[in-house]
Amino acid sequence: MRAAIEAARDGADVAIITKLHPMRSHSGAAQGGINAALGDEDSWETHAFDTVKGSDYLGDQDAIEVLASEAPGDIIELERMGTTFNRGKDGKIAQRPFGGAGFPRTCYVGDITGQAILHVVYEQILKLGVKVYEEYFCTSLIVDDGAVRGAVALPMVTGNLVAVQAKAVVMATGGLGRVYQPTSNAIACTGDGMAIAYRAGAPLQDMEFMQFHPTTLKDSGVLMTEGARGEGGYLLNKDGERFMAKYAPNKLELASRDVVSRAEQTEIDEGRGVDGCVLLDVRHLGEKLINERLWQIRELAIDLANADMVHEPVKVRPGAHYSMGGIKTDADGASPMPGLYAAGECANVSVHGANRLGGNSLLETIVFGRRAGAAAARYAHDTPDGKALSESVLQADQQRIQELAQPPGDGASGERPATLRREMGEMMREKVGIFRTREALEEALETVNGLKRRYDGLRLQHAGRVFNTDLIAMLELGFMLDVAHTMVAGALARQESRGAHTRRDFPDRDDDNWMKHTLAYHTPEGPRLDYAPVTVTRWQPEVRTY
Amino acid sequence: MQVKLKVRRYDPEAGDGPQNARYSTYEIDVPEHATILDSLIQVRDFEDASLALRCSCRSAICGSCSMRINGRARLACKTKTADMAKQSEEITVEPMGNMPVVKDLVADMDSFWSKVRQIRPWLQPVGPKPEREYLATNAAMMDLARTMNCIYCGACVSDCTVLEVDKSFIAPAALAKAYRFVGDPRDGMTVERLREYSQHSVSGTAHAATCASKCARRASRPWIASWSCVRPP
Repeated sequence: MRAAIEAARDGADVAIITKLHPMRSHSGAAQGGINAALGDEDSWETHAFDTVKGSDYLGDQDAIEVLASEAPGDIIELERMGTTFNRGKDGKIAQRPFGGAGFPRTCYVGDITGQAILHVVYEQILKLGVKVYEEYFCTSLIVDDGAVRGAVALPMVTGNLVAVQAKAVVMATGGLGRVYQPTSNAIACTGDGMAIAYRAGAPLQDMEFMQFHPTTLKDSGVLMTEGARGEGGYLLNKDGERFMAKYAPNKLELASRDVVSRAEQTEIDEGRGVDGCVLLDVRHLGEKLINERLWQIRELAIDLANADMVHEPVKVRPGAHYSMGGIKTDADGASPMPGLYAAGECANVSVHGANRLGGNSLLETIVFGRRAGAAAARYAHDTPDGKALSESVLQADQQRIQELAQPPGDGASGERPATLRREMGEMMREKVGIFRTREALEEALETVNGLKRRYDGLRLQHAGRVFNTDLIAMLELGFMLDVAHTMVAGALARQESRGAHTRRDFPDRDDDNWMKHTLAYHTPEGPRLDYAPVTVTRWQPEVRTY
Repeated sequence: MQVKLKVRRYDPEAGDGPQNARYSTYEIDVPEHATILDSLIQVRDFEDASLALRCSCRSAICGSCSMRINGRARLACKTKTADMAKQSEEITVEPMGNMPVVKDLVADMDSFWSKVRQIRPWLQPVGPKPEREYLATNAAMMDLARTMNCIYCGACVSDCTVLEVDKSFIAPAALAKAYRFVGDPRDGMTVERLREYSQHSVSGTAHAATCASKCARRASRPWIASWSCVRPP
């Protein structure tokens, strides 16, 4: 939506295609905040350095400089649009400490920051009159002579495929967390945009880097904000020990997420957990502060974990949360394919490198959403009108849907997509989780290939056109298997430990051989990997401790 | 845990009309911690692929999965199946009220969103822009954040007794959005907004404010009660 606002302001004719309603987007689930160096004693250079260090030196430093230096302006603009940021005594935007940050620079609205920003940005969409195609499920990109010329989508209410012609397309489709089970991600986070771009020929970058958030609820994987620790919450093991002192003596609970998640998993694996979890304890913060700044997670823990955080600690564990990897773009959101742009979690600029800092993902959507919208509008302005699209652009997707609707027969198994989805989710958790080994990753590769073969045998059990969620689940599973394949292949190839990618068989970071980005290109047999250099501007790699 | 779900069905392609109620009953085994949403997804995944519902976040933040469960509007993702089973042996699940149905549990929310649009839901400051952010008190922002806490799930509208007799009533969710601007010290159109909104509100105290108890976000409830059915001051 931030891209659409910018493009509309620049005079472009813009429409948004979304498989949900814009207000249902998973950005609304972001809780803790959004980073910007606003304070007089803080500086964007410190923010940039923290981000480079957090990325374990895999982030492109030119892009990180853009992110950090443009952050204050974007936060001020969000405030002027109407975001109800918490304030300090001086009436200015208040800031809280967050993991991996050298300064309290996370702006917040209680623990509903994402929701508050999402709603304000949607208000601007309404103000500008941007057309929104709600509940249109995108199935593919239209590519002509190597350039993107629009997209094919399935309006869920009618079930009749449509072609949407456009000179430029900005992918802003979010994450792929559903590849794992459990995950903090919404059911809609199935990597659609990444898979669609990948199939169209765009490379996916650094897909092996998956962030595990240190505090998710046990059964559901639902997120408990990092803000709980930012406000002073403790992580305890079964002996009541603040175990982070052993792993990150300086930053303790506010080390970066990869460090805290590894520490928690080590405690759990070594028998010092509680029911496969550790404890998040905020009781000492008091009911007043909890109600003022952490009210949402208090309510969630009561509803989903039967625990009132005012009176008792809540069981949490690391959960699949955020894909650092995504569609490769430059700092203007442009992918290597003419006409294709991307911003947000589905993109890889790369500002997060091997590990994202909390509070940088909302920021990325705003800074690079704005830049991608502006760049796409410029590109559209400079590109002459092509010929009208022919009906044939719908053919491939139409044929695929017809095949799926055939009764089970030759080669069809009658298996449900949910069966494959569960197997994939459990396999990814077990074999492509926090700690990885060559053996497990080789098994994972074999499983993905097997699941892909079985996927070809699936058939719809419901062939109706109106709001057919059986069909949607089938198409989403296809997307997820493609992105999972790139994650496994990238992880197997990368023989080092960096950020969120921890190989037990290669425990050290190897800057000589692996300080480079992984690129995955689509082929019918699976991903073809290639590599690209990391951009270093002013911060040479150092040993990373917290 | 063995449970029985009785789900209201509507499929326009199968010739269902809005009048002839059709129900499907599913007996399934779900974990103790399952929500109604988990249970319905289990039905859709393994029992009946034709069952349509909306859902996304599973954590009461996206507002997709409002429906009537045992007769009242709730978010399926924050309603425990075990709690509903205690209420009645057979758990009844139906689409939201006061809205047409697209299919099964999927309600057509067009009129809901058009009422939100009707209140001109964007900040309209007047006067020169400050150099940096607008200065405001934390208390003022927190008061608004309670309203911003609304997730537009539609539960209040589903069970609104005023709407049942007056379809033009702008209804609680849009009024929540309206308050978010009227109460915002940065907005410059307070008088104009109040004049306009008061025409869409319901005057007097004759109404039960049923919406407030249905609100899926506890933190927003006191606010909904005070604003939805009472003419603004």
